[in-house]
Amino acid sequence: MSVATLQHEVMITGIRRCGAYKVLALAAPDMARTARPGQFVNIGLDPDTGHLLRRPFSIYRTYADEGLVEIAFDVLGPGTQWIATRPACTFLDVVGPLGTPFAEPTIDGRAVMVGGGYGASALFQLAHELRSAGRRTTLIAGAATEQRVFGIGETSDAFDEVIITTDDGSAGVRGLVTDAMTDVDGAAAVYACGPMPMLAAVAALAGSRGIACHVATEEFMACGIGVCWTCVVPVRTSDGVKMQRCCTEGPVFDGSAVEWR
Amino acid sequence: MNDLSVNLAGVRLGNPVVTASGCFGSGKEMSRFVDLQRLGAVVCKTVTLKPRLGIDPPRGAETPSGMLNAIGLQNPGVDAFVRNDLAWLADRNVKAIASIGGQSVEEYVACAEALNGAPALVAMELNLSCPNLEDRGFMFALSAERTAEVTRAVKEVASVPILPKLSPDVTNIVEIADAAAGAGADGLALINTTLGMAIDTVTFKPKLSTATGGLSGPAIKPIAVRCVFQVARALPHLPLIGMGGVRTGDDALELILAGATAVAVGTATFIDPHATEHVIQRLEEILRERNIASIDQLRGQVKIEG
Ligand SMILES: Cc1cc2nc3c(=O)[nH]c(=O)nc-3n(C[C@H](O)[C@H](O)[C@H](O)COP(=O)(O)OP(=O)(O)OC[C@H]3O[C@@H](n4cnc5c(N)ncnc54)[C@H](O)[C@@H]3O)c2cc1C
Ligand SMILES: Cc1cc2nc3c(=O)[nH]c(=O)nc-3n(C[C@H](O)[C@H](O)[C@H](O)COP(=O)(O)O)c2cc1C
Ligand code: FES
Repeated sequence: MSVATLQHEVMITGIRRCGAYKVLALAAPDMARTARPGQFVNIGLDPDTGHLLRRPFSIYRTYADEGLVEIAFDVLGPGTQWIATRPACTFLDVVGPLGTPFAEPTIDGRAVMVGGGYGASALFQLAHELRSAGRRTTLIAGAATEQRVFGIGETSDAFDEVIITTDDGSAGVRGLVTDAMTDVDGAAAVYACGPMPMLAAVAALAGSRGIACHVATEEFMACGIGVCWTCVVPVRTSDGVKMQRCCTEGPVFDGSAVEWR
Repeated sequence: MNDLSVNLAGVRLGNPVVTASGCFGSGKEMSRFVDLQRLGAVVCKTVTLKPRLGIDPPRGAETPSGMLNAIGLQNPGVDAFVRNDLAWLADRNVKAIASIGGQSVEEYVACAEALNGAPALVAMELNLSCPNLEDRGFMFALSAERTAEVTRAVKEVASVPILPKLSPDVTNIVEIADAAAGAGADGLALINTTLGMAIDTVTFKPKLSTATGGLSGPAIKPIAVRCVFQVARALPHLPLIGMGGVRTGDDALELILAGATAVAVGTATFIDPHATEHVIQRLEEILRERNIASIDQLRGQVKIEG
């Protein structure tokens, strides 16, 4: 029964520009229904490119009624270049949804979400669901420049409160996302997605205030489905440090348990 | 009716397609994609006597038509493997080939003993691409002598056929294969990954935390075909599991023509989780199209002039 439901031939319904990033919309009714915030998809490339491995991307938005799944990505190398140049109405080989989603807050209070670069995209669906359940959300989105703050024009609709930080001051406050986390006391939980050094800093800050912190990590992934053990993150457990799979036990980990290196 | 079944060192497999160690876990995760009973057998990830944490990330990097990996043999230890993984496979009637590793001859022997009488087990591979702490950390597979030593010692205690797995990183693979056969190997698995390295040209750092790592995928297929061919010519009666870069049924056929009895699919599963099933389907098609009664008739049939 469960065999073959995770790999899909999905049609690209469109690719649009969003600041420095691209947003890819996929007609994927099954995934649109089942995907949870924090999960990711693994997109197959054309093997004739000589680039064999799938490319993992967090899920940006899902629209169950329309059967649509969106991902947001940065064009960095051959894989993302290939995906960015697929014409609409062509098909992609997508495995997903994969990985362990964000856990809901266990106590009352607002949810603070911290996104670095395209990492902010992984927080939109979570905000949507938490707000539907009546919870207030704050987004702290940071990047090098205004262009690289993900979805800067959409954030005020998606979150109750938005703070922007940029390295060069081209938008919001000049500085790092952690500089803007002065006012997190009383938050029910912090959710973060972005570069590993940012996650480490956010987790340390949340920890020092005694706030639960859920981080969506990124590691190199060869398979994305739990069998190659290339994607591990060192995590402290009651049994000592264990190498856990970013694609299976993660990508979301308890920020206070990750052994940041 | 076209017959895909093969006899691998006395073990009847429904078809010649098995999984490559370390590329399929023990099948649990893959059962979301693949009907495990359709596989010839599941070759499990290498286990050692005690649990191993493995090395720090980054553990992988993509390279032209392939990838590098260095995992450091992360595994839960042989006892947990028997209790959890082999029991799980046995419940589902799946044939399992274990893979054991070690840093000394004694560790291989203790692992093999721990596997005696284990459920689902039909054979075991000896992963000889492990550093030998009694030989300045050199891989067992680099030396004919060490290969023979481990093989002989494990053969004495093992209750199932043993298949030493060879590395292509040697001057003369036939010499190593011959040593293993002489020491009682029931068959051989070849090839393991070949050592490679990649450097990030922006950070000047190696892409793997260990600097060097094993190269796999289509990039190494010609090396695999060559190794299987050379060993099969020298030792025509020794059953071989061929592997290295197999992505399609035609790739598998190439290794069978070179002399392999069974074929393992590794890295291709990362690219397409259904790769093993597609390879089986294509082999069935090849037999039907060419009206060949049994896959065994194709083994070693490469035509060499003169
Ligand atoms: C769980 C997960 C979720 C991700 N979500 C997103 C997302 O929502 N949007 C997005 O744009 N990207 C995301 N990534 C990163 C994305 O997978 C890589 O950017 C992509 O694989 C690069 O492929 P490429 O062939 O274009 O570039 P490559 O040639 O593979 O790499 C180009 C550059 O990107 C860097 N890079 C490669 N892989 C990663 C990685 N995993 N993380 C960070 N940097 C990397 C390389 O070091 C190199 O500098 C995610 C990665 C993971 C593991
Ligand atoms: C991520 C990864 C992990 C591997 N782990 C093991 C292992 O634990 N034991 C082993 O004998 N071989 C291991 N291998 C080697 C494969 O079993 C196989 O010999 C090699 O990858 C060549 O086949 P391929 O090109 O089809 O992947 C591993 C390969 C990869 C890519
Ligand atoms: S990417 Fe293979 S185990 Fe996570």
